[in-house]
Amino acid sequence: MVNTFRPSDLAQALRIIADTKPTVLAGGTDLMVRHKTWSGVVPHFDRPVVLIGHLPELQGIEIRDERLFIGSAVTLAAILEHPLVPEHIKSPIAQMASPPIRNLATLGGNICNASPAGDSLPMLYALDACLHLESVRGRQTVSIGEFISGPGRTILEPDQLLTAIEIPLIKCRTHYYRKVGQRQANSISKVSFYAAADYDKQRIHWVRIALGAVAPTVVRSPAAEGLLAGLDASGLKAVIPTVTTIYQGLLSPVDDVRSTQRYRREVSLRLLENYLTRELMK
Amino acid sequence: MATTTIKFKLNGQPVTLSTHPLKRLVDVLRDDLQLTGTKEGCGEGECGTCSVLLDNRLVNSCLVPIASVAGRQVITIEGLRSTPRFDLLQRCFAQAGGVQCGFCTPAMIMAAEAILSANPYPTEKQVREGLAGNICRCTGYGMIVEAVLEAARKGGGLW
Repeated sequence: MVNTFRPSDLAQALRIIADTKPTVLAGGTDLMVRHKTWSGVVPHFDRPVVLIGHLPELQGIEIRDERLFIGSAVTLAAILEHPLVPEHIKSPIAQMASPPIRNLATLGGNICNASPAGDSLPMLYALDACLHLESVRGRQTVSIGEFISGPGRTILEPDQLLTAIEIPLIKCRTHYYRKVGQRQANSISKVSFYAAADYDKQRIHWVRIALGAVAPTVVRSPAAEGLLAGLDASGLKAVIPTVTTIYQGLLSPVDDVRSTQRYRREVSLRLLENYLTRELMK
Repeated sequence: MATTTIKFKLNGQPVTLSTHPLKRLVDVLRDDLQLTGTKEGCGEGECGTCSVLLDNRLVNSCLVPIASVAGRQVITIEGLRSTPRFDLLQRCFAQAGGVQCGFCTPAMIMAAEAILSANPYPTEKQVREGLAGNICRCTGYGMIVEAVLEAARKGGGLW
């Protein structure tokens, strides 16, 4: 039977993580399912477990220098209830899981799972989020795109802990999020589409677009976003086929229990078309 | 088996028990403490049947390792039962026909308590959102939603 640790502060947690290379458990909403066996039987973990959900150092939400810092063990519910968190960050989180799961699940957990269908991820990619990693050796900051190296894979070293998520606060005129799933609550996305933009009547200042669950990791194209920046309405209309072609080339969805490649590809492109023709510059 | 001593508050009373730290809260409630009002449905957080209140928030007790409950407060359907809020919820569920097989009902009552504690005058949309993590295979939900709305209408000051 593996050891379970419940450290009293972050420093102690980092020492335990360095010494035992454990499974780190924050909300448990994914790990407790992945390791469950039978009703009445203790879930089977093959490595030591360290609980971090209670650590005070990982609970903060604050703004410094136009950047939002969210502790890695802050629950999704706490993010949604926080007055400092803007709507364009809350909107995808509000559609994740269900109320009882959002009361347990943490933003750090969704990131470290690195699921291609992780619903906070398109928003974090689109907003250029940075992650703060800590270990007894020191601190490191990486972008979300560098952190997630493949489906279910991250560059987190065995002695490192994700401690905070940093999101630059940009002036965002509109945001748009669509999650396509089987049921409104608790569905794992077949496709998710996130976009944020700033524009006025004349032209687009900038656009960010990110798609989830349609490739090994989140799809975002700085090239396509660059083409859209600075355009007026007629320029936007003219560039849509080129932009669509760029995304077509980046999508590599899979067939699985939730959906098919063909469906995911078709829906992604329709969501993109809908966004560019009906939502952007509306 | 490695056991540990866990202390927490259950339905207002202090509890101390010796158990495996990763045992699920639902198993501790049902097996160690014989509080079988909390049901287990899917065991994966999908159905909400094992919902309890942890520090006054609705959670799936099948997803909570008991070690993370240390020092916190748990309320189960057995604890809610002695309150006037439960009396009203029970009557409203009965009158609206919100109970058929009854397996989801304890958790639906816990979810209703969580909804009304956070917002005593919810809209229908807010009630539906609040119940979104709880599955019922009998009623089609309409009658449960109606029961919660009726409890809100009659609840004047209870929540």
